[in-house]
Amino acid sequence: MPFTSRRGLLAVALLAVAAASLLFAPAALADYLTPESGGGSRNAEDIDTLFKWVLYVAAVVFVGVEGTLLYSILRFRKRKRQRDAVAAQIRGNTSLEIGWTVGAALVLVVITVVTFIKLPGIKNPERTGPGGATAGGPLFATIDQPNPPGDKGLTIDVNSQQYLWRYAYPNGAYAYTTMIVPTHTTVILNLFSQDVIHSWWIPKLGGKMDATPGYRNKTWFKVTKEGTYRGRCAELCGRGHAEMLAYVKAVSPTEYREWVGRQKRLIEQANREAAQQRRTLSPIQ
Amino acid sequence: MATVETALQTRPRPQIVAHEARPEPSGWTSWFTTVDHKRIGILYMATAFVFFLVGGVEALLMRTQLGTPENSFLDPATYNSLMTMHGTTMIFLFVVPMMAGFANYFVPLQIGARDMAFPRLNALSYWLFLMGGVVFYASLFYSPPEAGWTMYTPLSSSAYSSGGGVDAWIFLIHLTGISSILGALNFYVTIANMRAPGMGWSRLPLFCWTILTFAILIVLALPTIAAAVTLLLTDRHFGTHFFDPTEGGSPLLWQHLFWFFGHPEVYIMILPAFGIISEVLPVFARKPIFGYKAIVVATVSIAFLSLLVWAHHMFTTPISTVVLSFFFLSSVVIAVPTGVKVFNWIATLWRGTIVMKTPLYFAAGFIAFFTLGGISGVILAIFPLDWQLHDTYFVIAHFHYVLVAGAVNAILAGIYYWFPKITGRMLNDTLGKISFWFTFVGFNATFLVQHSLGMDGMVRRIYEYESSTGWGDLNLISTIGSYILGVGVLITVVNIVRSLKRGAVAGPDPWKGNTLEWFTESPPPPNNFDVVPYVRSVEPMKDIRRQVERDTGSPQRETELTYEEAEPVGA
Repeated sequence: MPFTSRRGLLAVALLAVAAASLLFAPAALADYLTPESGGGSRNAEDIDTLFKWVLYVAAVVFVGVEGTLLYSILRFRKRKRQRDAVAAQIRGNTSLEIGWTVGAALVLVVITVVTFIKLPGIKNPERTGPGGATAGGPLFATIDQPNPPGDKGLTIDVNSQQYLWRYAYPNGAYAYTTMIVPTHTTVILNLFSQDVIHSWWIPKLGGKMDATPGYRNKTWFKVTKEGTYRGRCAELCGRGHAEMLAYVKAVSPTEYREWVGRQKRLIEQANREAAQQRRTLSPIQ
Repeated sequence: MATVETALQTRPRPQIVAHEARPEPSGWTSWFTTVDHKRIGILYMATAFVFFLVGGVEALLMRTQLGTPENSFLDPATYNSLMTMHGTTMIFLFVVPMMAGFANYFVPLQIGARDMAFPRLNALSYWLFLMGGVVFYASLFYSPPEAGWTMYTPLSSSAYSSGGGVDAWIFLIHLTGISSILGALNFYVTIANMRAPGMGWSRLPLFCWTILTFAILIVLALPTIAAAVTLLLTDRHFGTHFFDPTEGGSPLLWQHLFWFFGHPEVYIMILPAFGIISEVLPVFARKPIFGYKAIVVATVSIAFLSLLVWAHHMFTTPISTVVLSFFFLSSVVIAVPTGVKVFNWIATLWRGTIVMKTPLYFAAGFIAFFTLGGISGVILAIFPLDWQLHDTYFVIAHFHYVLVAGAVNAILAGIYYWFPKITGRMLNDTLGKISFWFTFVGFNATFLVQHSLGMDGMVRRIYEYESSTGWGDLNLISTIGSYILGVGVLITVVNIVRSLKRGAVAGPDPWKGNTLEWFTESPPPPNNFDVVPYVRSVEPMKDIRRQVERDTGSPQRETELTYEEAEPVGA
């Protein structure tokens, strides 16, 4: 059975639909075609923008290549009446080949340039906004990136472990699984692991970073919209990997200060009660 | 006027002193003792294909679990084992040995040799490969490994993976690794020394060029993984701490060693696929390959670059930005020679007289969707984007486009193209095309949507997800697609079984091929060739057909495939 033109048309139509949806993706569909963003954190927004730029270049290359391929197959396939037609015996064309090699290289130069234009916005922490919380703890930045400008911000130690996240705040308070952070404040995460490799990822708040035992890794975000952002461990860490969820709950700086103070008091109170009980229960007085 | 005699110059017949003539061993036991490259090739291909089906069933079990949210079909331990075995099987027990099988069978035939350079070593390679698979699958009876095919430490250390599964995996790596290295040396020596008279390097078939490059990459990359798994073995059992951070070791060392092997491994799998495509396209376009030298140069430069890109698998680990930028740039550079190949393949089809047979379908499918895998590869190489996409279903989609749309399509093209040579019978073309459309639709339904899932936050290697994530619909599409893909593969299996006995008789050269394997009978006799023609171009069979036409006056209609009359109507 030959490659009928009906099938060919169908294939062309399908490809055209795919290409059109890539190029003219409406807002509703955009979510399926680009990485997550929307928490107002500049790193996530910039990754999203960079992805769209690259996607446009990729779409042009894709449509060009697939279009030429399909056209060649449909146009140059052997027809029944062509019993003895001998194809053009072309073995190559040096200038054409140099042309597309240089062309491919140029496309990659463009991609490289736009990547390095967007890189600082993704990598370097932003300045804490005017309404943000004030500094707590030393401000660190990712391996070799600059400290965020200004002296305001928040550093949280993230201790990853099978299959939980433990967040330690500068004032001594700590929490598990749900991280409470103030909005408009640059939050630096100091990632480490106490057992196997885990990877911190909240899609709407930017890229992921591994928590590798023996190393410290750092990442940052700055949420502008209040709300809860969901994420999970991205590196296989054992049987509970799928359950190792993480949430970031962004609240106003005032609410945050209340919460972190209350959390510290509650922990201290619980520690005192536990110490009391230990003394009561201990057989040796 | 030239005569057939001068065109088909024969080699001087080697002087062999026979002390006794032993009868050819026959019967099923002869398969255990054979050193014939063709029978070893068949053993390789048949074994690898069985592992392909096993790995496919593992994939379907995983897809069934993921088809709906909060599914309880598999528990996490089983899921993690299936995932580990699927990856390991497809890479070490299917794609690489399948390519080695094709190479075993067709490299000597394409270069006009009697056998491989070291026939006994060749047999050893096969049996080591099989034993690697047996040792690995034996872990099913105690505790299959659960740490993923990448075996990242410390998860794979004895503290977190105490069962013997990881050790079974280590021995699989050693056995299949030695097998591959011995095989690679054998291919290299064979291609370097045993080519037909007249076959200079610029007349070597492109499939042999890719196998030569594949062999060099194996020799460069596989010793690294052998060293790495040995360190892991001593860490696990003999008290060393190479990868143990609590004693000054480094889990990142494992990742560097693993990926220094792991990325070239991708090209070890895909370069022979490029070779198959470069053989199939010119035959069915009835037109010479476009830019032979450019394709050779691209093959060699891809292999060279593949040794410089390993840390693009490690963009989220603690590494400085300068290093990340280097690996970003070296990775995108690979897109240039790869793009050149794609353009050359399309230019081969351009203005051809394309004969639409099943091998051409799979080859066209290869170009179409390998290209998509290449484009998503460039996206992943951009490290700020990889920070979002790393370890998600976007990555899964990317490498399945490379390895299923790429390697598997090429393998199926190779099976449909070379089956007549191996068995003397044609595979059914209609069934082949049905199989193509099933795999085509199934594959894209399975993997296209996974790009979106990854960008929506679905990470790899999770055995379940909450319904509140909203990933259920796309996962269901993916699962249905995987079953369609499975049916497509099954149709080819049926076709193979059916055609072994009932296929149309192929004759020596059913496709009017370009290379020397079509010069001998189908299936070839144990000595391959009684005479070896003098090779005057990269398409010796075309030269021979022209010569015959000149000498006998009977037109050798280049676009007419000879077997068609022999195929029973309605088969």
